[in-house]
Amino acid sequence: MSRVKTAFRTPWFWALVGIAVLLLINTIKNPAYLALSVNPTTGMLTGNVLDILRVSAPIIMIALGMTFVIATEGIDLSVGSMMAVGGAVAMQTLSTINDPNSVSAMLTAIGLALALAIVLGAINGLLVAVVGLQPFISTLIMMMAARGIARVITDGQNTNATNEPFRQLANGQILGLPTSFVIAIAIVVIIAFFMRRTALGLMIESIGINPHASRLAGIRPRPILFGVYILSAALAAVGGLFSVSEVMTVSVSGTGNLMELDAILAVVIGGTSLAGGKFSILGSTIGALLIATLNKTVLFLGIPAAATPAFKALVIIALVLLQSERVRSLVFGRKKSGGTPAAPVKPAADPSVPVSKEKEVVA
Amino acid sequence: MSAPRTLAESVPPAADLPESRQPQQVNRFSGLWERSQTLIPTLAALVLLFGMLIYAEIAYGRVFHAGTMSSLLVSFAPTIILAVGMTIVIISGGIDLSVGAVVAFTSVAGVMLMNIGVNGWLAMLLMIVFGGLFGLISGVMIQYFNVQPFIATLAMMFLARGLASILSTTPVIAPEDSPILLLATDWKIIDGPKVNDFTITPGLLIAVLVVIGGMFFMHRSRSGRTVYAIGGSESSAKLMGLPVARTRVWIYVVSGALAGLAAIVYTAEVGGKAQNVTGIGWELDAIAAVVIGGTLLTGGYGYVLGSIVGVFVLAALRLIITKDGTINPEYLTIITGAVLLVFVLLQRALTRRRTS
Repeated sequence: MSRVKTAFRTPWFWALVGIAVLLLINTIKNPAYLALSVNPTTGMLTGNVLDILRVSAPIIMIALGMTFVIATEGIDLSVGSMMAVGGAVAMQTLSTINDPNSVSAMLTAIGLALALAIVLGAINGLLVAVVGLQPFISTLIMMMAARGIARVITDGQNTNATNEPFRQLANGQILGLPTSFVIAIAIVVIIAFFMRRTALGLMIESIGINPHASRLAGIRPRPILFGVYILSAALAAVGGLFSVSEVMTVSVSGTGNLMELDAILAVVIGGTSLAGGKFSILGSTIGALLIATLNKTVLFLGIPAAATPAFKALVIIALVLLQSERVRSLVFGRKKSGGTPAAPVKPAADPSVPVSKEKEVVA
Repeated sequence: MSAPRTLAESVPPAADLPESRQPQQVNRFSGLWERSQTLIPTLAALVLLFGMLIYAEIAYGRVFHAGTMSSLLVSFAPTIILAVGMTIVIISGGIDLSVGAVVAFTSVAGVMLMNIGVNGWLAMLLMIVFGGLFGLISGVMIQYFNVQPFIATLAMMFLARGLASILSTTPVIAPEDSPILLLATDWKIIDGPKVNDFTITPGLLIAVLVVIGGMFFMHRSRSGRTVYAIGGSESSAKLMGLPVARTRVWIYVVSGALAGLAAIVYTAEVGGKAQNVTGIGWELDAIAAVVIGGTLLTGGYGYVLGSIVGVFVLAALRLIITKDGTINPEYLTIITGAVLLVFVLLQRALTRRRTS
């Protein structure tokens, strides 16, 4: 019994329920929705579920990076533009090299995309960790600038390229699963291993919970904050590579557009609090899967793709309301603590200060 | 002498106090210095603005030219309206990321209402009301459920953009006899030779009225001072007995309603055409204008007129880039981002000196 109760309290349990409900809706509309079949010409498995896994790969990547940024009480609004930068660099490199079967061309493209993303991520990290700007304003500026950089790289064109090994990133399969999904999960496992088997994850959490106390405990926040923004940018570039390899075209205004919101949503669904502190890598991954399922479901039900933000907004509103003290005390009958509006508000719960003022003390 | 019984008794008589003139004067000077410091970013923006305009005049000509100026003003009227709303929100220590999407939703909804035969003036009023409703939801989430402003308004941005797309993904056009088109009538103020006319539109006049109203509200009214107090320190504002909750909700309602008004002016300007993709990135323009104009993102300091200077800086940037054929328009967002960054860093340097 107690195990069932714990499962109910885990946030990503509800995300799994959400995925199940969405798949059920699809199956009711078309009973063959979950069926897998083998494509006779390519010999690969095809099916709606595999499609969902493939489109979830970029979302998993940006959500993973965002998880750590949010855990440090920050936010990275530039991930969507960073995806466009990654995609633009890759497509431009491949179309310049123009060698359709070369693996080295693919590696060059990936390497250059990652390198530029790391440089841009380092600028984010510099502004947040060293200069001490609010994360959301630094990354908002980067969001504008990086989209412009993507445009400059491709000269404003939607560059396309042909390179078979690169195309296989999203369109190939490993053991019947989309390659990009397998790579994404591998990256998640490797990073989760580093975060949980070393003290790194703990340090990130301690900075998010109380930057001042963690500094007194001997944790230096600057290198960690710096690293977190670089990681987020690099992962976003990988996400951009996945998303352009699916169509082998980068759309300078479309690739990664509004994806930062998907990333934030995935992280919040996964149970990481926006107030910083504890994070859940598994939760964010499941959150990303839920968003991919939601995207595909909306399309499958014949609603225009441009309308999906409305559904996501409803999910976000429901989640942030569930996180708020007022609703918790109302619904779950918990004791009121700090949520009463009449009492002077603690800095951490103060909605007028997006980022705790304590951060400025640290920086 | 017995021990003092009350606090008042324990205070020595005034004559015993040390000469207090000196420190008071120091205080006055440091207060003046502090106030002038908050003006530095705004003054820097003004210098930058005139520098850019003079450079553009020398390099390309026809900048200080009634035709150029009036077309620039008219095309930036919606941004000016949004910037006034954003200034109020940012001074309160919040942010409103939803304004661009709210413009898209209200303009599509308004034009569709006109198309099904709703009276044009009523439809325009409804556009403002719809905008206000989005703001109301954000405000309630922020004030009563402790949701961070940028998350709440991000959700509203999603909702408004999605609802606009549910209404229509193709452009909708207002009927030809719709009164909204009257707002784009050209009024010739100065009839210059050839095309050198100074013309304004009712839309621009609305923007000017919004600026005047915003200045009056923020700098002359009691509610405006409450907004400053909330941005300075919310708990102090509460302890002073200011209506923090009500004011904060109103701030977002005003910002949303102004987005609806901006949608009216913009829709009129483009000949009654409304699309679900209108206004992408407008919230960034508004935030950039507010920050360049010297309003602190942490709240508590700022001027409505500064934000208007900020809008003009953005307008001059765009003017230079379009007049100069050699600058690739792709660089526009990078340059805007860089200018914004410089001003944020300038603010950061000034606030750090003040707090330390």
